[in-house]
Amino acid sequence: MTIPSPSTGPSSSGDSLWSRIMAHDLTYLFFRSPLTVVAAILSVAIILAALLAPWLASMDPFDPAQVFLADANIPPVWQDGGDPRFVLGTDDQGRDLYSAILYGMRVSLVIGLSGVALAATIGITLGLVAGYLGGRVDAVIMRVADVQLTFPAILIALLVNGVVQALSKGTSRETWAFGVLILSIGLSFWVQYARTIRGSTLIEKNKDYIHAARLVGQPTPLILLRHLLPNVIGPVLVILTINLGLAIITEATLSFLGVGLPPTQPSLGTLISIGNKYLFSGDWWIVTFPGLTLAIFVLSINLIGDWLRDALNPRLQ
Amino acid sequence: MLAFIIRRILQSCMVLLTVALLAFTMFRFVGDPVAQIVSLDTPAEEVRKVRESLGLDDPVIVQMGRYLYKAVQLDFGISYQFRQPVIELLAERAPATLELALISSLLSLAIGIPMGVYTALRRDSVFARVFQSISLVGVSLPTFLIGILLIYLFAVTLGWLPSFGRGQVVTVSGRWSTGLLTASGLKALILPSITLGLYQMTLIMRLVRAEMLEVLRSDHIKFARARGLTTRAIHFRHALKSTLVPVITIAGLQLGSIIAFAVITETVFQWPGMGALFLKAVQNVDIPIMAAYLMIISALFVTINMVVDLLYAFVDPRLRATIKG
Repeated sequence: MTIPSPSTGPSSSGDSLWSRIMAHDLTYLFFRSPLTVVAAILSVAIILAALLAPWLASMDPFDPAQVFLADANIPPVWQDGGDPRFVLGTDDQGRDLYSAILYGMRVSLVIGLSGVALAATIGITLGLVAGYLGGRVDAVIMRVADVQLTFPAILIALLVNGVVQALSKGTSRETWAFGVLILSIGLSFWVQYARTIRGSTLIEKNKDYIHAARLVGQPTPLILLRHLLPNVIGPVLVILTINLGLAIITEATLSFLGVGLPPTQPSLGTLISIGNKYLFSGDWWIVTFPGLTLAIFVLSINLIGDWLRDALNPRLQ
Repeated sequence: MLAFIIRRILQSCMVLLTVALLAFTMFRFVGDPVAQIVSLDTPAEEVRKVRESLGLDDPVIVQMGRYLYKAVQLDFGISYQFRQPVIELLAERAPATLELALISSLLSLAIGIPMGVYTALRRDSVFARVFQSISLVGVSLPTFLIGILLIYLFAVTLGWLPSFGRGQVVTVSGRWSTGLLTASGLKALILPSITLGLYQMTLIMRLVRAEMLEVLRSDHIKFARARGLTTRAIHFRHALKSTLVPVITIAGLQLGSIIAFAVITETVFQWPGMGALFLKAVQNVDIPIMAAYLMIISALFVTINMVVDLLYAFVDPRLRATIKG
């Protein structure tokens, strides 16, 4: 059940790599679906914009020396009272919204990716161990997974957040908000990975190559990592994609609810939360542009995830 | 069958016990139970007495037993921020959340099922495609963003509907404050219940569509066609009926997560429910409320899950056979 992923293929075959990618089934299916191509272009554009934020942005919204309160709540440039320095207007602290979105996207992306990576690491490890060792270890891990599965992720993330906040009384939010968000996302999304990996592990572990590895006397961790893992990792790809969208939404939601990032380190969710306060006074741009960016990005990721799930499903071909 | 029921109930109790232990750990070790009673300038002797009267010097296992014993009687301690018994605070806000959750699920069923049936029967029509795309957007948009969007459109721009609160509520039978009986209460319900129900609605629509397509290919529908029944009778009397069993199950299971997701909706609309209380507790590190909410929500989840499982065993003959065997 390996999915040959072109981007991580061996690079020794230098010139043939490109032709191999182009000849691949997945590439063929990809270009057959225009919506997916558009979604992919949008995602790549947004990710690039986030990566290149320091060069694309007109100012650094995290640097207090560049932010002036006198510039607060300026509308976008095409409206009356707009300022050509701030194309999309400014927020309540005088930050250029265009720059804040670029930097905020960066924050959202880093937290989303790290959160998903943590969730995948926890889930894959526990799934491998549970499936391979079986018995009591398996029972305990899967029981915990069952209990957790009954709770929506956002609730677990909120609880983790509250507990950490209680334990770190007195320290400033800036110092730990980042880590806590990643931890909350990691702890709320691991179950799906664990279940998927355990399922495939149960099938793979009785195959000859695993028996052979055991007979040669290889240590269990080595068998798990070198032999089992590459053969069960395939289905995780789809979950990763779909979870990235969910993780970014979760981060935005937590920041919106006021338990995520503080206003001094704005993510997209924080910006939307700030904008929400000014919605009634008619300052529509503070909430609209970050919200639109978030929606387009998550929608694109979900479209790619949907397509990937169908494309990798042999029954649908 | 009896063995299955007993095993299932035991399993649920184990889950609840685990959650209760977690809640106790939070209550006892993360928060400081003494802090809810004494103030900063209370003399040390007094603090020691309070500790003793709360039984905090007893062995942990005794404390745990006491906590569980109290929790079963719905005594979850006193809130740090409100200095009121947690259960009173929760009971006061439960009607708001439950009404919102109920209306949202009804709404999502009432709209989601017809949309699902339509997209399954007229797969290639323009509307079916529009519905399908809307459902993907509905899944991708975060709940709070949908709420903000609705508020901006219907409350700020058009001014048709209120943007916060429950409107006018009346108290029924002494305890239950309902917004369902007044015009302003009903009006206030519209936007929050759409916000909360939208995700559910898209889920149900996709599910009904998938199930319906599956059922339409099955033998008993082919047989119904062979009998010469009208298309309408085949679609609605036979196909829809067999589609609805899994749909109702999922809808039931989702009721729990609707109540949990209400945290977000209640915050956006300043809805005075349990979710908003829980969020305030998280923000202000009010551990007793967090622990109590955790236990109540999990009790709800576990009960719903168990009932659905048991009902399934009664309804589905295949499952009954495997249980016996």
